Amino acid sequence: MLLSGNPPRGKLLTALIVLIVAALAFAPFILQGSKPLNVAATICVFALLVASYDVLLGYAGIVSFAHTMFFGIGAYGVAIALYGLGPSWTSILIGLLAALLVAGVLALAIGLFSLRVQTIFFAMVTLAVASAFAVGASQLSWLTGGEDGRTFSTPALLRPGYRLVENGPFGVEINGRTLTYYLVFFGVVFLFLLLLRIVESPFGRVLQAIRENPFRSEALGYRIVVHRTAAVVIGALFAACAGALNAIWLRYTGPDTTLSFSIMLDILVMVVIGGMGTLYGAIVGAAVFVVAQNYLQALMGVAFKAINAAGLPFLAGFFNPDRWLLWLGLLFILSVYFFPTGIVGKLRAETK
Amino acid sequence: MSDALLTLSGVHTHIGRYHILHGVDFSVPKGRTTMLLGRNGAGKTTTLRTIMGLWRASQGSINFEGASIEKMDTPDVARAGIALVPETMAIFSDLTVRENIVLAARDGPPDERRLAWIFGFFPALKKFWLSRAGTLSGGQKQMLSIARAIIEERKLILIDEPTKGLSPAIVGALIECLQELKRGGATILLVEQNFRVAQEVGDLVCVMDSGRIAHAGAMADLAADDKLQQRLLGLSLDSHQ
Amino acid sequence: MSAAESQTLDAGAALPQQKTDYVPILLPFALALVAYPFVGSFSTWLTLTLAGLAMGMMIFAMASGLTLVFGLMDVMNFGHGAFISVGAYLAMVAIAPMAGYAHTDALGPGLLALLPAIALAMIGSAAAGYVFERVLVRPVYGQHLKQILITMGGLIVTEQVLYAAFGPQINPLPRPEALHGSIDFAGAAIEKYRLFVVIVGLVVFALLQFLLTQTKIGLLIRAGVENKEMVEALGYRIRRLFVGVFMAGSALAGLGGLLWAFNQEQAHASMGGEMMVLTFIVIIIGGLGSVGGCFIGAVLVALLNNYTAFLLPKAALVSTILLMVVVLLWRPRGLYAVTSR
Repeated sequence: MLLSGNPPRGKLLTALIVLIVAALAFAPFILQGSKPLNVAATICVFALLVASYDVLLGYAGIVSFAHTMFFGIGAYGVAIALYGLGPSWTSILIGLLAALLVAGVLALAIGLFSLRVQTIFFAMVTLAVASAFAVGASQLSWLTGGEDGRTFSTPALLRPGYRLVENGPFGVEINGRTLTYYLVFFGVVFLFLLLLRIVESPFGRVLQAIRENPFRSEALGYRIVVHRTAAVVIGALFAACAGALNAIWLRYTGPDTTLSFSIMLDILVMVVIGGMGTLYGAIVGAAVFVVAQNYLQALMGVAFKAINAAGLPFLAGFFNPDRWLLWLGLLFILSVYFFPTGIVGKLRAETK
Repeated sequence: MSDALLTLSGVHTHIGRYHILHGVDFSVPKGRTTMLLGRNGAGKTTTLRTIMGLWRASQGSINFEGASIEKMDTPDVARAGIALVPETMAIFSDLTVRENIVLAARDGPPDERRLAWIFGFFPALKKFWLSRAGTLSGGQKQMLSIARAIIEERKLILIDEPTKGLSPAIVGALIECLQELKRGGATILLVEQNFRVAQEVGDLVCVMDSGRIAHAGAMADLAADDKLQQRLLGLSLDSHQ
Repeated sequence: MSAAESQTLDAGAALPQQKTDYVPILLPFALALVAYPFVGSFSTWLTLTLAGLAMGMMIFAMASGLTLVFGLMDVMNFGHGAFISVGAYLAMVAIAPMAGYAHTDALGPGLLALLPAIALAMIGSAAAGYVFERVLVRPVYGQHLKQILITMGGLIVTEQVLYAAFGPQINPLPRPEALHGSIDFAGAAIEKYRLFVVIVGLVVFALLQFLLTQTKIGLLIRAGVENKEMVEALGYRIRRLFVGVFMAGSALAGLGGLLWAFNQEQAHASMGGEMMVLTFIVIIIGGLGSVGGCFIGAVLVALLNNYTAFLLPKAALVSTILLMVVVLLWRPRGLYAVTSR
């Protein structure tokens, strides 16, 4: 059926996933205004991005800090093509294919080069390569627009000005934005199901076996480097797709929305909080994180004002909404400690 | 046995998911050399590592000089007076021979007289005193590993297959060294596959099989009894000559 | 085999050659020489080389602890950069009351003004290192994946705490007057501060080498890098040693942060994270666990960075990545491979 023979397991969890997916599916009709729809689209894109990262972290046991690089390659590919070749579907296709090619080759090179050694080495190398890439992208301004990034137009069908139905269900107008949202949503659903297929295939099982016991797997004849590199390449390709969808949604690509290290941290937090090694964790993690990002910051703003008013400016500094990464970081550390299976793991354990 | 320095009773050890020792019982009497024999995989190395605290006994007790040591950390076991010469020799190859010995002498600079005594049967160590240990030959590394264990007087010396892979000439030098140690009154627990060595230096013998002690007695009795040898050790005896 | 083996028993056998590997040591010199014709002018080349050396010393201070901690306990601290930032901020705190000294031109008082800053930066970072080790590293000891994630989390939290305590702005941090300006040498302007940094860096390296080769603690550290189980079997508590090394490494990172902050004349909490990338590249090039390799790697990376920044400004960071790739293609485990890992 829909979930390719790998249901989320656990009633609570299934209910939660169904709820999130349903909310996302009907988002344009439930939520009014552009900001909530933006939140929904962000959740979709990040669910895919985090799921592709989970293939590395949760299934293969590889820590990569270059995932935003592949995300960025996808976003820049589409952006550069739409900007340079004009707003057509062909441009999107060309940009996407070029991005997939670049991401795949780069992932292959990094994987073959540094996966022979241990986890730590790969993590360090990817961190170095990703930061060099970020610097490079902001310097090649003739191509990437530098720090300012690229703003571009999408094909006519996807522009806000395009009106398909003036008065649709619930009295909502279906316009180009709505169509773009559904392009993102169904793109993500399709790619997510594809990822599920991959991790449930024999290949996915071998990855897990390698993570559990590399020596034994090697003895059984599995080529560790080949499998791990394949995982890195798959992760990179899906991340690039997520990047492309993100670019189409935002109609803008810049270093801050794709390559910055803080997005890498967001991915890490989402995958850990959602639950590693489950893919479903990506949906939960992305939804919880993106919603909390707004909610927590608002809450901190209230606390900040209250403590400031109480005359404790030093203490208030810790509750400044700009310091929300502090609390997120603490949450992240505590989750890794006490909550390594994340929300998904907890829910499964509850209902077992 | 009242003169037992070390006594293992009912020791079980798990390494990961694998259950290696299934209730090991034996004692090492003071001032004697006890051989620990057995086929590959019988649990000899695991026994030594468990005594040393490098692997934790999951069950049973290890008694050393009347105190239980099975819960102690390795450094404390070492400080209680037990030295280990591991199967891998584990010399520090980046350090010189001198530096290896300096580290092994915990209580201060190495004693000159004792050093001279060691150089007596391991002259190569004197010769390569300032060379990096990594440049030594296999036999010399083994000598260094043993020298580290005896540079200060220890109550019990655990030695794991010292003759493995060495030429007969060096095996001879090692036997000489072990006999010299015995004359000095040392207590030794020696794992060995080479029956000739076992015969020459062993006073007592324990034979292990599948994580248990299958036989314990005097070395001379085992050496004299071909049938017993055959039964306990199979063909592994002669193949390692 | 037996003939050769038995021969070495008697005193007549040939002395095994103890080869010190000199090739990596020559690399920085070779790089400086190769760069010369491209740069063209001697004075520019000298300025760039000195700037590179100074930067190399700072990176070395930041990275040396990281490589030792990894070598000794197989712990890669992705939050090591936090100590760099902590050092920079503590320098800022300690230099403030010394303003009187800092504003005189004389070298003596100028350096004196730095002393409390250096002391506070190092002690403070060491203390931060102790907390880090206790709270973050110890509980996930031996679990690489969690180690990477948690120490990374530690970096974020430390950065944010610094922002919360000192504000989000970039803090100006002027050098003491005495270390401003430059000396003329062969037509090249030799910046005093860079000279100072090179001297400090060389002293740190010499002290570390002395500690590692001439003291028992140093021997224990080197032995532990190779085989920590055997060090324990000899009766030494390696945990305590590890905590000590972790704190010392943090203190050095704090010193590196101070030097870097005065070099940039500003302190900012994101400095640590930014420098982390370079420190990683450096210890990978040097060989994980090797202090000597780390030193050479730091000088190499910094020289290359300065030369390319002059010749091809946009290629600086990319060139360091390329350097790493080339070194690893030549020696897959870095210039000096000390650990078996």
